Amino acid sequence: MAKVSMTVNGKPASGEVEGRTLLSSFLREDLGLTGTHVGCDTSQCGACVVHVNGKAVKSCTMLAAEADGAEVSTIEGQAAPDGTLNAIQQAFQDHHGLQCGFCTPGMVMSAAALLKDNPKPTEGEVRAYLEGNICRCTGYHNIVKAIMAASGQDVSAIAAE
Amino acid sequence: MPKDSGIGASPKRREDLRFLTGTGNYTDDINLSGQAYVHFLRSDVAHGKINGIDTTAAAAMPGVVRIFTGADFEGVGSIPCGWQVTDRHGQPMQEPAHPVLAQGKVRYVGDAIAAVVADTAEQARDAAEAIELDIEELPAVIDMKEAVKDGAPKVHDDLTSNLCYDWGFVEENKPAVEEAFAKAAHVTTLELVNNRLVANPMEPRVAVGDFNRATGESTLYSTSQNPHVIRLLMGAFVLGIPEHKLRVIAPDVGGGFGTKIFHYAEEAFCTFAAKALNRAVKWTSTRSEAFMTDAHGRDHVTKIELALDADNNFTALRTDTYANMGAYLSTFAPSVPTWLHGTLMAGNYKTPLIYVNVKAVFTNTVPVDAYRGAGRPEATFQLERVIDKAARELGVDPIALRRQNFITEFPYATPVAVEYDTGDYNATMDKLIEVADFAGFEARRAESQQNGKLRGLGVNCYIEACGIAPSNLVGQLGARAGLYESATVRVNATGGLVVMTGSHSHGQGHETSFPQVIADMIGIDESMVEIVHGDTANTPMGMGTYGSRSLAVGGSAMVRATEKIIAKAKKIAAHILEASDADIELKDGQFSVAGTDKSLAWGDVTLAAYVPHNYPLEDIEPGLEETAFYDPANFTYPSGAYACEVEVDPETGKVTIERFAAADDFGNIVNPMIVDGQVHGGIGQGIGQALLEGCVYDENGQLLSASYMDYAMPRADDVPFYQVDHSCQTPCTHNPLGVKGCGEAGAIGSPPAVVNAVVDALQSAGKDVTHIDMPLTPNRVWSALNS
Repeated sequence: MAKVSMTVNGKPASGEVEGRTLLSSFLREDLGLTGTHVGCDTSQCGACVVHVNGKAVKSCTMLAAEADGAEVSTIEGQAAPDGTLNAIQQAFQDHHGLQCGFCTPGMVMSAAALLKDNPKPTEGEVRAYLEGNICRCTGYHNIVKAIMAASGQDVSAIAAE
Repeated sequence: MPKDSGIGASPKRREDLRFLTGTGNYTDDINLSGQAYVHFLRSDVAHGKINGIDTTAAAAMPGVVRIFTGADFEGVGSIPCGWQVTDRHGQPMQEPAHPVLAQGKVRYVGDAIAAVVADTAEQARDAAEAIELDIEELPAVIDMKEAVKDGAPKVHDDLTSNLCYDWGFVEENKPAVEEAFAKAAHVTTLELVNNRLVANPMEPRVAVGDFNRATGESTLYSTSQNPHVIRLLMGAFVLGIPEHKLRVIAPDVGGGFGTKIFHYAEEAFCTFAAKALNRAVKWTSTRSEAFMTDAHGRDHVTKIELALDADNNFTALRTDTYANMGAYLSTFAPSVPTWLHGTLMAGNYKTPLIYVNVKAVFTNTVPVDAYRGAGRPEATFQLERVIDKAARELGVDPIALRRQNFITEFPYATPVAVEYDTGDYNATMDKLIEVADFAGFEARRAESQQNGKLRGLGVNCYIEACGIAPSNLVGQLGARAGLYESATVRVNATGGLVVMTGSHSHGQGHETSFPQVIADMIGIDESMVEIVHGDTANTPMGMGTYGSRSLAVGGSAMVRATEKIIAKAKKIAAHILEASDADIELKDGQFSVAGTDKSLAWGDVTLAAYVPHNYPLEDIEPGLEETAFYDPANFTYPSGAYACEVEVDPETGKVTIERFAAADDFGNIVNPMIVDGQVHGGIGQGIGQALLEGCVYDENGQLLSASYMDYAMPRADDVPFYQVDHSCQTPCTHNPLGVKGCGEAGAIGSPPAVVNAVVDALQSAGKDVTHIDMPLTPNRVWSALNS
């Protein structure tokens, strides 16, 4: 067992982990941050996406020990302390960009990373960027629309959600 | 102006707040004090005799609590099947035992052999690797037609063969169908495969069993679409726990699509082990485990023949289908290729004579059961493909051929035992032509051609039977369950309502849409209504969510219970207002006496019900809580027309979906935003089936597509924005809301549109391609182009 310490959503967090403990397991089981979901075991589905030092990372594919000393941001840290949703979260609600909610944390975290690098993505750029995030409920229509709306683009010409 | 509340409005979903902030409560988020973890050691061969299981070394591994094998479950019941199909000769289907852990033989890759319970999940997994197995591999049967040949290896030694049943429907129609084919002016024949799929809700299955030694009560937390069904099946048939000592909780569930309807062995194991060990036991499926244990879907091999007269009227239809059951009968597996498939073979058409034959076959593969649409996509696909092929053979417009044969008068009794109450198939086709911009197709095709691409347009119709189902009817058809739904409406003293529903929401947004109905009925704000579901301890016996039944059946139960509430509340109001019950009106949350200015607020009446000082105690009881069970009089029949436009790259065979349009008739709509979302999701899955998804076994029964690296899930860049329209509305005539159900339509209606479009594209290049089996991979399309 080894001790790891990191900053998670702006607060210090530490714990004892096995060498093989994944960051997703550490977040979910040691820190109780169960908003990060695990939907596969091959780094494909993206339900577990968090930000590590500002970059989108699949937390099922990173060891907790590798995140020692890092700044980690999860879905639980996205809304304001008073509960106000951030622009991406709000756009997902406004445009019905989620149904069962299981892929949603990863979608929101990936969308945040996309908009940081590309503040006004085209439809094609959004779809291409989401290649590593699988949703089974929405057919992606309203997810793509929500992300474009969150970037400040007028999505009224896109078919209704 | 769109409404901003009540029926027909699209309020933002209230459940989104917890899902968007990471505060949902999915089963894997539940951890009980002192819980142990189970890891299942699964068969890596498709068929084998278990000669020995040596757990000695594994049991000595760190953290191991106990290792269970099939021997521990000899006194435990078999996982039951919920539907008994009767074959063409009046005999019941062959129904093998389905043990919780394998006994004597393993029958598919993934069949559980042993269960290791340990203090941590990692310890359980490590110890499972130390179990020594002596398994004698036996020849496996994978191909259905091979499996039913004489001398084929038997999946179950105690059955007479691998044939579960040979079903004919309607058997008495067979001679007349044969005669119609003999007289036909034209017969179109098509052989096709409806590809085996894996449902793949994004949340893998999880089960947590718990036991309370003080009360003797077992609790199971499970990723289920229908917790009461699990309580009944597991309690009564497997573990022998009476329902009052068994609680099943399905909290937030991350998608179902059918595969979370069924009672699975892992649920029974965790419940059983928690009691045996007096300790909570948790199982979390990995995705790889999900691929080899979640019930799969579809997997039909079909020959369909359509007979037409000289005027192109459909005169008869005949189908011959092999349907894969897998190694054991999953909960509703026998019903899918029969009653959910054969009864839909009329489609939208007045074909007078139909005969459907289905041979259900056991193979050494994962059990196959309902997946979004369940039988209806299989029916729609073959019918709409053969009609398209017929139109091409006859040189007529495929839309005109459909229109000519549409059912136009309702109610309509089909020759396959169902009666459609309402529909307007020309209206949805007209709407489709408009929203899909057929007028602009030729210009788009010309543009594609300039870019070296082949463009095709595919159209099809669909009908489905939803709102499952009238209990007395399905009882006659072999269902071992009633298919009503229930609701208890509890009005609190201060006027708020709690609706405890037997329906279960796992993405459908019931917490938002159900209150819209109640708010309209009473005239109060939706925020005053709370929906409770998913816990057998605080909801009435309900059958859960599948078959697009939640609003049509569960919503109807809720309406009936609310009607009882309103009737009682009016009596209370009449007493207080010193008027006759019949003169009391309820509007906008106010009770008033007709023709007077006397009125009373909703909250005044609800308070009186619980503080009955001025109250007709001699006539009615205090309190305001009512329960209703609603059993539908008929199925509902959503219908529609779908269009897909594809571009095919002739160099690579890659198909791109350029446009997709859907015109649906769902009857009345409660929340258009949610309906659109349901259709989008269904279309996404249908495009997945048509272009990408395919579950593949090799000839030895090894599952080759057991991860997202191998099984192609549709991703955001595989699909376009969809044009969906549900303005054509012929309300259901037999439920109080006039609703039909929208959950499965997209998955039913879209695969034939995609395949019809690709065939159209290839034919536009002069290729005599009449069919390509799904998934239409670049390899298959390129091969068809170059054959």
